[in-house]
Amino acid sequence: MPALKRTRRAVGVLGSFIHIDAAVEAIKALRARGHRDVVVYSAAPNHEIEEALDQPVSPVRLFTLIGGLTGCAAGFGMTIWMSFDWPLVVGGKTISSVPPYVVIAFELTILLGALSTVTAMVLFSVLMGKRGIAYDPRYSDDLIGIFVPAKGDQQGAVEQLLRSAGAVEVRHEAA
Amino acid sequence: MAAVAHPRPAGGKPELEINQTHADVTRDVVATLGQPSTGYLMLLAGAVGLFLAGLITFLILVKDGLGHAGYTPPVFWSVYITTFVFWIGIGHAGTLISAILFLFRSPWRTAVYRSTEAMTVFAVMTAALFPIIHIGRQWIFYWLLPYPNQRFLWPNFRSPLLWDVFAISTYFTVSATFLVVGLVPDVAAVRDKVTGWRRTVYGLTSVGWQGTDNQWRHYSRGYLYLAALATPLVLSVHSVVSWDFAASVVPGWHGTIFAPYFVAGAIYSGLGMVMTLLIPLRKALRIEHMITDYHFDNLAKLTLLTGSILFYSYGMEYFISWYSGSPFEQTTFWRRPFGWMWWAGWSMIICNAFVSQLLWFRKVRTNLTALFVISIFINLGMWFERYVIIASSLSNDYIPWAWAVPAVTWADWGILLGSFGWFSMWFLLFARSFPIVAVQEIKEMIPMPRKRGGGHH
Repeated sequence: MPALKRTRRAVGVLGSFIHIDAAVEAIKALRARGHRDVVVYSAAPNHEIEEALDQPVSPVRLFTLIGGLTGCAAGFGMTIWMSFDWPLVVGGKTISSVPPYVVIAFELTILLGALSTVTAMVLFSVLMGKRGIAYDPRYSDDLIGIFVPAKGDQQGAVEQLLRSAGAVEVRHEAA
Repeated sequence: MAAVAHPRPAGGKPELEINQTHADVTRDVVATLGQPSTGYLMLLAGAVGLFLAGLITFLILVKDGLGHAGYTPPVFWSVYITTFVFWIGIGHAGTLISAILFLFRSPWRTAVYRSTEAMTVFAVMTAALFPIIHIGRQWIFYWLLPYPNQRFLWPNFRSPLLWDVFAISTYFTVSATFLVVGLVPDVAAVRDKVTGWRRTVYGLTSVGWQGTDNQWRHYSRGYLYLAALATPLVLSVHSVVSWDFAASVVPGWHGTIFAPYFVAGAIYSGLGMVMTLLIPLRKALRIEHMITDYHFDNLAKLTLLTGSILFYSYGMEYFISWYSGSPFEQTTFWRRPFGWMWWAGWSMIICNAFVSQLLWFRKVRTNLTALFVISIFINLGMWFERYVIIASSLSNDYIPWAWAVPAVTWADWGILLGSFGWFSMWFLLFARSFPIVAVQEIKEMIPMPRKRGGGHH
């Protein structure tokens, strides 16, 4: 990972799981012990993991709304302003005939709504994501990974917790 | 890295025939991206050849003018606009499968949506060439954009042709975005399986994706909203294309049913193209166990539904022309099956209205050879539908002394074949470079193994 090489590696313990129920049990146990900043890797989204982590709803939806509303306002604003900028009667219609402009406003609502959604996804998922966390290529295949930030003296207890939950591999990450 | 022994899951949903583990899915999809076969290279060479023929035709048109393409009064919209509408229509099935069926939580879309979404993007890329070819003076194409001329006169936003500019460019942008966003986790899965320069390329294109809980949280939400935005968009795009015709007063065009009629036709034609592409592709890429009879049965049911809507629309068109009492309308519709274009008129009716009715039979829906043949008829029929609507109406409008039969010239053929070459070239390149089956979504449907056994929670 080129991005990871540039950053300081996070210190902690990385556990790998085959079984979903084992991983969920580990997440719940870790959270009960006060480990709130665990990172869970999986090849596909999983609602059991989501429930165990109990995270808030993504703020991406706010960007979709703002983008869509901006597009709608820009569509009506642009067409109406351009009509009045050079007032020319076409086909006996009023200078600014709004019904046909709905099409432009609709298309721009969708366009800006989609673009701002993607911008938010990139912002939150890629640019603002945590850096320097240990990763294993098998997490995009068939394993579930749980990284627990923990200093040297805590690592033994975390390892024991992960193993007792059912981790098939546990790795210590030093700085 | 130590290999970890993996138990098989308790069993996938039987109707989807997913009897694979997550590792099997990654392995099979990565295998589709290996060294290209001779057959693939020959197909690609054929596609590039057709594209070059189209490019040469285009250069001759730029040099000499559109007269080569039979642009003579009264028919100034003919093969190029027909092919434009044809390709825009093809794209619609892709968005229907990827976005609308996603919102409806229809599980069978998973295996086929990536290829149909790619088809959408490349079909819209193909369609977008046609307004540029059709305008004749390509160097001033930017007059279509909301940009004032030297007198500061802005474009006329009441014109359906300008609506089209916004609709098509939005459709292309949103479809391409949807495709790329869906690809990111799958490209990351490929990145983690390959080595060397391919790992570098997939590493860059997966933009640092690792599948963390935080990434999935934002991704799933964003994907849902993109699907929600793409759904009304797909219904609007062909409606806007239909208004290019319906907002005029040409006989045979100004029908109020045009928007739903065109949308149903677009999805019908797109489904035809999906089957034309997927039936040979699943064999070539050895993914028959992922794209099964079950998927084709569902595709065929959708084809039957949209084909039946089309059948009804054809009937209504004829009824309304008779009921209108307008001799121009009546003459136009009489000439479609019995005039100079009778061959095109009957091709449209038989291929679209009648052939689709064969899909009532389950035996036909699950016979891939039959489906492939039907899909070719659908492609032909839908091209003829647009040609009939455009050319027959323009050649017989309100001024009988101006009536004339348009000629289809070598320049029409060159550009038409070139468009198929351009589309196929992109699709073939995509199928070998990126996962053609959505790895992440298939994995989402396979229950993960459990320590304590039992089904999915």
